[in-house]
Amino acid sequence: MRQRLENIDYLGLVLWLFRTAIIVAVVWGTVATIRDNPYSTRNWIDFVIFGLAQGSLYALIALGYTLVYGVLFIINFAHGEFFMSGVFTATVFVAIPMGQSGFLDRNPILALLIIAVVAMATSVGISLLTERIAYRPLRRAPRLVPLITAIGASFFWQYFFRGLYGSGITAFPTVQALQGSWSIAGIDILKTQAVVIVASILLLITLYVIVMRTKMGKAMRAVAEDKEIAALMGIDVDRVIVITFAMGSAAAGVAGVLYAILFRQVHFFMGFIPGIKAFTAAVLGGIGSIPGAALGGLFLGMVESVGPSLFLEGLGIPSSYQLKDVIAFTMLVLVLIFRPQGILGERLAEKKA
Amino acid sequence: MDTQIGFNWRESVRLGLIGGLVALSLSLIGVVETFGGRGIISGVISLGQILLFGAMAGAGYMSARQNPHARTGLNLVGGLIAGLLASLPLIVLVFVAGPINLRDFLPNASPGLLKLLIFEQDQATGSLLLLAVSAVVGLVGAGITLLPGRVRHPLLMGLLFVLMVGLLSEIIILAWGTKGLGLKIRRFMFDKGLSIRGTLLVFLIVAGLNALWGALGGRAQARVSALPAQQQKVLGWGRIALGVLFMLVLPMILRTYLTEVINNVGLFILMGFGLNIVVGFAGLLDLGYVAFFAIGAYTMGVLTSQGELGVAGMSFWSALPIAVAASVLAGVILGVPVLRMRGDYLAIVTLGFGEIIRILALSDFLAPAIGGAQGILKIPKASLGGLEFVAPETLYYLILAACLVAAFVSWRLRDARLGRQWMAMREDEDVAEAMGINLVQTKLLAFAMGAAFAGLSGAIFATKLSSIFPHSFNLLISINVLCLIIVGGMGSLPGVMVGALILVGLPELLREFAEYRLLMYGALLIVMMLSRPEGFWPEESRKRELHEFETEPVLAD
Amino acid sequence: MTILIANQVTKRFGGLTALSALNLEIKERSISSIIGPNGAGKTTFFNCVTGFYQAEEGEIIFEGRPIHSRRPDQITSLGVARTYQNIRLFANMTAMENILVGLHPKLRSTWVGAVLGSPGTRHEEDEAHEEARQLLGFVGLRGKGDIVAKNLAYGDQRRLEIGRALASHPRLLLLDEPTAGMNPAETAEMTAFIQRLRDELGITILLIEHQMRVVMGISETIAVLDYGEKIAEGTPAEIQGNPQVIEAYLGRGAAEVT
Repeated sequence: MRQRLENIDYLGLVLWLFRTAIIVAVVWGTVATIRDNPYSTRNWIDFVIFGLAQGSLYALIALGYTLVYGVLFIINFAHGEFFMSGVFTATVFVAIPMGQSGFLDRNPILALLIIAVVAMATSVGISLLTERIAYRPLRRAPRLVPLITAIGASFFWQYFFRGLYGSGITAFPTVQALQGSWSIAGIDILKTQAVVIVASILLLITLYVIVMRTKMGKAMRAVAEDKEIAALMGIDVDRVIVITFAMGSAAAGVAGVLYAILFRQVHFFMGFIPGIKAFTAAVLGGIGSIPGAALGGLFLGMVESVGPSLFLEGLGIPSSYQLKDVIAFTMLVLVLIFRPQGILGERLAEKKA
Repeated sequence: MDTQIGFNWRESVRLGLIGGLVALSLSLIGVVETFGGRGIISGVISLGQILLFGAMAGAGYMSARQNPHARTGLNLVGGLIAGLLASLPLIVLVFVAGPINLRDFLPNASPGLLKLLIFEQDQATGSLLLLAVSAVVGLVGAGITLLPGRVRHPLLMGLLFVLMVGLLSEIIILAWGTKGLGLKIRRFMFDKGLSIRGTLLVFLIVAGLNALWGALGGRAQARVSALPAQQQKVLGWGRIALGVLFMLVLPMILRTYLTEVINNVGLFILMGFGLNIVVGFAGLLDLGYVAFFAIGAYTMGVLTSQGELGVAGMSFWSALPIAVAASVLAGVILGVPVLRMRGDYLAIVTLGFGEIIRILALSDFLAPAIGGAQGILKIPKASLGGLEFVAPETLYYLILAACLVAAFVSWRLRDARLGRQWMAMREDEDVAEAMGINLVQTKLLAFAMGAAFAGLSGAIFATKLSSIFPHSFNLLISINVLCLIIVGGMGSLPGVMVGALILVGLPELLREFAEYRLLMYGALLIVMMLSRPEGFWPEESRKRELHEFETEPVLAD
Repeated sequence: MTILIANQVTKRFGGLTALSALNLEIKERSISSIIGPNGAGKTTFFNCVTGFYQAEEGEIIFEGRPIHSRRPDQITSLGVARTYQNIRLFANMTAMENILVGLHPKLRSTWVGAVLGSPGTRHEEDEAHEEARQLLGFVGLRGKGDIVAKNLAYGDQRRLEIGRALASHPRLLLLDEPTAGMNPAETAEMTAFIQRLRDELGITILLIEHQMRVVMGISETIAVLDYGEKIAEGTPAEIQGNPQVIEAYLGRGAAEVT
């Protein structure tokens, strides 16, 4: 009996209590909200659709984290800045002039495509530059070292673009064609939100097919397994890593444009919080897995959009939307404690020895 | 014909173009113009120009470094070409900016910048001048590598000091140059920046001393280390006594304004000591360190405030232990969930914690208790036996005392059993555990100790400002503290002080720096990790390693 | 007198069974070896004994106490220490500091004592340093205490790792390929050293070893693992003549040839 007492895992107990407390709070809040029912069905549907739109953006950004983590095992902290740099540049140099000249309204599809291409090109350029300078020389260094350079790169780019394009908020021009809403199966969906959701999902599927079906994708997976063996098999590891970064940042570039369409504003700090959220999404889904990133992104977007109203308000918390980031971070902590492999991931994170 | 190794012209061209892009970026993000107002040598050169031409000099220098075995002449030409090429993007900028209004896109491509770039001449003359100056600077950059060490070191050291003194000239004038002897010295040496006389004076003194030290220093050092242990001990104590005396009289030397700056640096040093335990000793990368600073400050605020939000109306001294204890408690509570996480995950989660604390402080949810965006006001000053810690000069001693306590605790722990536990854990967690170290306890102690110093710093911060607002506790503080311990040298106590002086002190003194502070930090983090991961003032054991490397033959890379 | 008993120990990784129902008894003050081809589960067994892995089934009993559900640090404090196949020193700490970390379970001073510089703590630190110096001398590293571990010569690193393990005053020492990467002269020296550990300090030694000459030379009993199962156990002479062992090592059919 004494033996058993000595062997109790106190840490496990504390963590269990922590988890239980959060579950109880969420259930309590949800029940209270449903009882009082302060929102109409219409409201809830809006929350969900907005959550999907926001979540599909998270998914697109999360893709970059997942691809890079899968291959290099580093958290590319600067990924949010790749997202920001592309759309910021495209807005300043392309979208605003096009908006002023009326081109954007005359040829919305062509104009948006050009904007997306410019954003992608910039994001890819910035990411490759970062990889070359801040990551590649440190590939054999202890894991904290590239993480620190990644943090450095993140702040460097933020303030670089702040210096370049100014510190204010730049408005992304409205696209006339995307004003208003479509009615699908009796539900009104804002056109912008619909476009964001559809475009993100199409892009995610495309990238997934590339990774799973093409020769390049195979090479990427080989490098993810074991860089040295992959090199022995004749794979140019540097090139594969470069392409991985390029793919992730291209997706981030598109995500940036979609973000601008959705929120209509662009600024130097816009990449930071979405970046961290997307990382959360990647971990949530299982870092290293593309479907995981998609699922994690959508889930996080949804919880953030619905959560404050659903379970915080029920707890009697005023202005609960202020705490949506708290929900996201709490989820990150919970996932890392209780299921570090994520929803879909294999257990590669913390294997001992 | 002697067999020369072929000169690598492509490298010179490449470096020249990279230098050019750097120069262009510096111009377009506004650095050149902003720092253009900070004269280093009056009427000759500004900080903006130094940075700009630094890119050209760097290109020339690197080009020569790439070809260490080439003939002198070839190397000089390589530098010249690199410098020349480095000016090309700027010249393109000058000509493009004529017909097109770049300011619509790039707010910093202003007429002021363009004027600066072409030395306030007309376009054609100015461009040629820029070309010529760049080429010469590139050549000089290459030339520096060719000088023997005993010339190069005094030269560079002299230039560095000219830069430093010129940079700080405004502060020096404000602090000491307003009357009496100070005024006379000011008239002689300073104008907008250093005067030419002043420049020469500083350069000659520093270069001369450096050359002298280079010639005789080795012998002097040998003589000191040849002294018997007893006398060396006396010498060591003497040095410490001198240091303490210096710290005690510092506010009298610095006067009010600079003391205020030093106080801010001191609060960061205090946090630096704390984070140094967590990151430097124990190897746990904590990006949410600001949370404990905030908790210390808010606890102090709530307990002592005489406004509506104050609950206890306590004095500073009775609230201080509670504030520190609250931070420690928070450190342990936030530490528990992350105990099983390693490295990079830990970093992100702690970052999340920092944000959670800030969001909660800002939210309406907790506003009834801690004021939300309105913050907590009317926090009383600390007082001790009739002495009120109001003026920066008195507050200084409070902060100094806290820093000394933190330094002492860190120093004692580093060499003790607990310090070894931390270091073993940092090196290899699994083996540390196999050595009988209880990881849970060891990690929690690191978090708690780190949180204690941050809480102490936060508590003093609250009474120093008399009011606290959530926006004082953002992520940038965490990043700031992390940067300063990395720049100073992880695990190194003097490194924390050096890091804080450079990273917190300089931007406070030079207002233009504030705007580019984080740009500088970001670049610094990358550069440090690439070139000097042990920091400017490394921990002793790491320095020891470096010395061992030095004695081994170094292969050229 | 038996110091370690492994009873039906089973460890699985996903679908792979690394150890299946392993039984093993180690006598006090003996030198025993575990041999077997790569991937036979030898290091896994070490990891189970030291608490690094939790065995799914079975029990491990050290000096009469079950240790299979304890944490690694607790097991070390009970008197089990180990070294690693691919030397795992604290690379950036000095040799002295490495040994001092090893002494950790024997020290009692707290951080408060260290900060206040209490006489007890100082006394203990002095004694610990003295003992560490002696240990350095014992493992043949006299005067090398200030050298950072990663700058030590390979053989010195191996010896330092053993010194660090000895610092916790173990009664059972697990050595994972202590002669890996050594030349014949160093190997002979190491073999003699292992024998000294048992003879002079009375420590029970269990080692994993690939060099048959070492194994046959110093072991009193040998256990042979293959695919996580014990296929033979006995004295060196018995093992040498065992056809199953030869088969496991050299492949089917080899037994007839030799």
